[in-house]
Amino acid sequence: MPQIAQLALVYQSQWFWLLVVLAGIYFVVGKGIVPKVEATVDNRDATIAADLAAAEAARAEADAAEEQLRANDLAARGSAQATTAEAKAQAAKAGEVRMAKADFKTAKLLAEAEARIAKSRSAALESIEGVAAEAAAEIVAKVSGAKVTAAAAAKSVKAVLANV
Amino acid sequence: MAGEAKIDPMHQFLITPIGSDTLAASPFQFTNSSLWMLIVFAAILAFMWGGMKRQIVPGRWQVAVEGMTGFLDNITRTSIGAEGRRYLPWVFTAFTFILFSNWIGAMPFGIVPGAHPFTVTSQFSVTMFMSVLSFAIVLGVGFWKHGLHFFSLFVPAGAPLPVKLFVAPIEFVSFMVRPFSLGLRPFIAMFAGHVLLDVFGNFVVQGLNAGGPLGYAISALCFVAVIGVNALELLVGAIQAYVFALLTALYINDAVNLH
Repeated sequence: MPQIAQLALVYQSQWFWLLVVLAGIYFVVGKGIVPKVEATVDNRDATIAADLAAAEAARAEADAAEEQLRANDLAARGSAQATTAEAKAQAAKAGEVRMAKADFKTAKLLAEAEARIAKSRSAALESIEGVAAEAAAEIVAKVSGAKVTAAAAAKSVKAVLANV
Repeated sequence: MAGEAKIDPMHQFLITPIGSDTLAASPFQFTNSSLWMLIVFAAILAFMWGGMKRQIVPGRWQVAVEGMTGFLDNITRTSIGAEGRRYLPWVFTAFTFILFSNWIGAMPFGIVPGAHPFTVTSQFSVTMFMSVLSFAIVLGVGFWKHGLHFFSLFVPAGAPLPVKLFVAPIEFVSFMVRPFSLGLRPFIAMFAGHVLLDVFGNFVVQGLNAGGPLGYAISALCFVAVIGVNALELLVGAIQAYVFALLTALYINDAVNLH
């Protein structure tokens, strides 16, 4: 086993060169390069974290904008509905007024027509009285031969008609 | 080794001098082991350098580098807590050095003429040195942060006195054994794995040399075995690096937080 057989002869050079190499690795790599690599990793992690935070903020902003949009939409819809309701109410009012006017006109026409009807009825009634009186006078003359004046016949017809 | 097919699985662990003929017992003696340590260092530097583009949207290489640092950062953070980042450089150093040594040692550099692959972590002089360093960090942090109160680490809190008297020596021994177990683990894994690879590889060649149906069958079988052991070796290499880093972090946690 050379490791034991040569030990006395080689341990000094082994330890010397090992110390040189280990010191080289320790100071150049361990203390020089490794912290820089670690710093790069930390830097990257920080960048990623910052980017994620920025993305999160942007998302929150977008959410807020959408919320705002929705609220605006809702408000516009509400105002539109109010406008519609107002217009409807106005239209209804106008309709009512027109209806009332038309009703008034119709009532007037109706009243005139009724007046005309009443007039013509009374005229007709008067002419019926005249005809009835003539007929009565004639009937009396034929039945009894008595001559009845037109005025007396009209008088008694009027009395009878009033009793009807 | 040439000519006669002699199985010598230990040859791969031999440390040979580079630039001189004989090994000198000197710290500055450059050997194949030193060379492969420097190659490991260069590979780690190249790997980490490739991940230094520092882009917000990383490429594949950068993801690999960031994955490794993140993995080790996670180990220190979960094991030690918020203070763990202070100990990340050492945990990172230990992990990458063991991982790259194990994996580079398992690469088939032997097919390149003149190249002699060498696994740095198959030398317990290397792994023990690293575990002792980890242990020294644990002791240093423990005594610096808690003073002599650090010894309360060996006493189970809330236990009755007889239990404390009984358990404290056991805890102390288990604590003192830590550097050995920590250093032996990666060494044994690499040592055994490479011996196995060498033995099976030799069987492949010897089977072919012997010829005949039996020889070819053994050769084919051993070839499959070599592939399997190689795959296992890569897995074990990563696991050992992970275990070393994790245990180092856990031991440092003991020193930082005292239970």
